[in-house]
Amino acid sequence: MKRFFPLLSFAGLAVLLFFGLGNADRKQIVPSPLIDRQAPAFQLPVLDQPERLISRDELLGQAYLLNVWASWCPPCRLEHNIVTQLAIDGPLPVYGLNYKDEPDDAQRWLQTLGNPYALILADRTGRTSIDFGVYGAPETFLIDAAGHIRYKFVGPLTAETVEHELLPAIAALDTGQRGSP
Amino acid sequence: MIGRMRILGPTLLIMALLLIPLLLIAPSGAADEPLEFLSAQEEQRFNRLIEELRCLVCQNQNLKDSDAPLAKDLRLQVLEQMRAGNDDAAVKQFLVERYGDFVLYRPPVQSNTYLLWLGPVFLLLLGGAIVYRTVRRHRDGDPDREGVQ
Repeated sequence: MKRFFPLLSFAGLAVLLFFGLGNADRKQIVPSPLIDRQAPAFQLPVLDQPERLISRDELLGQAYLLNVWASWCPPCRLEHNIVTQLAIDGPLPVYGLNYKDEPDDAQRWLQTLGNPYALILADRTGRTSIDFGVYGAPETFLIDAAGHIRYKFVGPLTAETVEHELLPAIAALDTGQRGSP
Repeated sequence: MIGRMRILGPTLLIMALLLIPLLLIAPSGAADEPLEFLSAQEEQRFNRLIEELRCLVCQNQNLKDSDAPLAKDLRLQVLEQMRAGNDDAAVKQFLVERYGDFVLYRPPVQSNTYLLWLGPVFLLLLGGAIVYRTVRRHRDGDPDREGVQ
């Protein structure tokens, strides 16, 4: 038994490192304490109608996706096609949260790449985004009809993550709560 | 020697003049974050707090050392929370509510961090036990070891 001790230690270490390093990518993701909690209250202007303010409670009654993006954010450009697809084919409306952006830059970005969002809220100071625990754009939140954050994805969405994570999370919402698209 | 000085003199002067614009540019970078403190006490407390909070973008830096725009915003939030009359625990709680325990550089002792806090003590005891056994065996004259000598 004693003879095998080094071998066993090595095997144990190898297994530990294999799983530890294999998960390295996911470890960067900070788990949000806001999951299954009420979304933070906000009151933000609409990007192209700055005088029109929208609050959290006005969006109650229908589940929606909230996609945090900015024109200065290259990974946002990367996921833009996926977000567009999601807005066209997906089961829920996709709202944008324009994070610490210049409205002109944001508009130009939308003109160039297309505007997939049903509504865009402008968070120029980044305060609402901090309340949402945003630490790097893009981020995508799934908010149910009662205003609870049910799922969050950090980083650019891919076809794979939409299929394997986001759509199942949407499907897991109570069907009674889900509004029509 | 004197001739060389004569040439060096104007050259140095020109070089010095060329450096003046740099002086004008440099401070504007630092003035990017004009955090003004009401008192030295407040500044001290602020600095102590942001040292203990993690920057979410560059995760191995604290809020004090990080240049990330988010770190700057969070520093501002910390100061605002302080000015709102919140104590240190409440200021930290404000960030924990948004970003989780991960923002705390010193994680709380709770069920999911027992291994983190007690692991090193356990390893120290384990290592100590192994050393103790090995040393004792050597002193008592391990048959294997004596054969080697």
